[in-house]
Amino acid sequence: MNLVSLKTAMALPEIFLAAMASLILILGLFLKESSRDKACYWLSLFTLVATALLVLNGFSSNSVIAFNGLFISDPMGALLKIAVCLISTTVFTYTRQYNQDRDIFKSEYYVLGLFSVTGMMVMISASHLLSLYLGLELMSLCLYAMIAFYRDDKLAVESAMKYFVLGALASSILLYGMSLIYGLTGSLELSVISSTLSTIDQGNLALALAVVFVVVSLAFKLGVVPFHMWVPDVYQGAPTSTTAFMGSVPKIAAFAIIMRLLVGGLGELHDMWQQMLIILAILSVGIGNIIAIAQDNLKRMLAYSTISHMGFFLFGILSGAETGYSASLLYVIVYAAMSAASFGVILCLASEGNEFDKLSDLAGLSKRNPGLAFLLLVLMLSMSGIPPTAGFFAKLSVIQALVDAQLLWVAVTAVILAVIGAFYYLRIIKLAYFDDPVEGHSAPVTVRTDSKAALTVNVLLMVAILPWIGSLIDICNDVISNFGS
Amino acid sequence: MTFFEIAFYFFSAVLVIAATMVVTIRNPVKSALFLVLAFFSAACVWITLEAEFLAIVLVLVYVGAVMVLFLFVVMMLDIDLAEMRAGFTRYLPIGGIIAALLVAEIALVMHQSFLPADYLNPTPQGVEYSNTRELGEQIYTHYVYAFEIAAFILLVAIIAAIALTMRRRPNNKYINPGEQVKVKREDRLRIVKMPSDKPIDLSPVESPSSNEETS
Repeated sequence: MNLVSLKTAMALPEIFLAAMASLILILGLFLKESSRDKACYWLSLFTLVATALLVLNGFSSNSVIAFNGLFISDPMGALLKIAVCLISTTVFTYTRQYNQDRDIFKSEYYVLGLFSVTGMMVMISASHLLSLYLGLELMSLCLYAMIAFYRDDKLAVESAMKYFVLGALASSILLYGMSLIYGLTGSLELSVISSTLSTIDQGNLALALAVVFVVVSLAFKLGVVPFHMWVPDVYQGAPTSTTAFMGSVPKIAAFAIIMRLLVGGLGELHDMWQQMLIILAILSVGIGNIIAIAQDNLKRMLAYSTISHMGFFLFGILSGAETGYSASLLYVIVYAAMSAASFGVILCLASEGNEFDKLSDLAGLSKRNPGLAFLLLVLMLSMSGIPPTAGFFAKLSVIQALVDAQLLWVAVTAVILAVIGAFYYLRIIKLAYFDDPVEGHSAPVTVRTDSKAALTVNVLLMVAILPWIGSLIDICNDVISNFGS
Repeated sequence: MTFFEIAFYFFSAVLVIAATMVVTIRNPVKSALFLVLAFFSAACVWITLEAEFLAIVLVLVYVGAVMVLFLFVVMMLDIDLAEMRAGFTRYLPIGGIIAALLVAEIALVMHQSFLPADYLNPTPQGVEYSNTRELGEQIYTHYVYAFEIAAFILLVAIIAAIALTMRRRPNNKYINPGEQVKVKREDRLRIVKMPSDKPIDLSPVESPSSNEETS
């Protein structure tokens, strides 16, 4: 066996990213202190863009298995990897000023970010339970450390601890489920698991236990009700720069792990996990949207909004058809971009000593910074799913998939709960445009040019994508129809 | 009963007893030493299962390195056992119920015996079979991708541990050896000329006992 039969070149983007992260780590040791962090920051941005280009360059429409079945390169993976790299780049752009103000603008912060992206890419192209789990751990470990990085803040350290303990618990549940699957099928390779499962008795109790463990751990990682308790605390406690990162890109990786594990590996047991996902999804959309109304902290409100969006994205998966998977794919990419931009707005508004995370801070924003207020308006319309925005098409395609799958009552519930959710998004617009600024907080807000430019592009893309939304949906359909073939 | 079976049951019995002692004994040093015994018996069981390499690694790494470190930590820390056991009776009922429930659920599944029959009776390998070589081939060729990712996970752990704990303290007593070597006599020593025959002031010192008299 040699390197040629391993097909190492298939993983070129991952290898490049990991090598560059290690290089930046070493450069951080030798560069002069005054220029070190800035140089590492720009180099990280360059690395992410270059990785996206490498993925694009190696794109092929057929799937190739490499590394003896541990790695799969397929169109869906390529699309997800490009989305992860580009959205991470924009998130990093927003974090600069915020991190500088809080003395966490360090080269290690961005190195950990790059390693986290590496972990997500490993997860995205995993075709083996081992690489799936290792990618998940690589991603999560970096996230725990990036939260605790703001160690002068007690809340950040506390939320890192919470996230770490619950994340470890979820990982152990996942591992237990995986070990049962291995015991039943005798293989860790997802394609082999799938073909073996079609030959064994579906009424097997051990099989049901394995599926329960896997679904519960995935629900933990996604943060859907009733496994959502950590999400608001962690989102609020983490430094907003890390919240922006962990609230956007890992969702794309979560889509990948669900597609690979539930749809690819355990697709035969669709009837079993569909019922569990229906309960999880309806509870998340309902409880997430209703509790979000009661929040007065912006980050906490967005955390509950995440819970409801994750529930909505599960609706597409549980339909169990190709149209549903491609709707979920579109939904998760649009959501990651929207979420990155919403936390980006908070990052731009925050200044030294002021987190800008209370709802009352937003009052009268249109008088203090009309540009940002307008971006917030577009974002909130997109989040609630109002027509001229990408958020509307994402929600529409998911509901369409539910109707196609004959799950009419689920579709109706989803729409009703989404309308309830629109309240708190529109309340933000009301605060920004129709309320007067709070006494003493009426000074105009200034924003760095680079993060403002990135934010403008990111938000306006939500509207400007409109003429091409059809082709984006087509791309999603294409990559899903190639999945598993 | 063959020799192998006797050995297996003997070491398994020692393992179970040692593991029970680890969690029940009161003295943390003794508890750590019982853990060493448990590791050692587990290594012996692995040898009877023809996993020689893993057995030796277990002894070398866990007993040789990890447990020694562990013992150091246990001896250096002042562990208050009473505080650690506080609330034990309070949490016992709910913890016990959950544990019993889990055991019952898993037993229910295992009862079905879902493993194929040949899992329980593997054919033994010959003398010329090299466990170590096989393991090396699996890890470094077959699973090289997973191996590299695991390496990156360890790297991330190192970065995170250092970045989260190392901080510049403002007033530490750090000494720069280069500066120390370069030091000249003039930087440290000041020679003061003093007259050797300075007259001593012999005037009587004022008595400090005035306060005592009034009290």
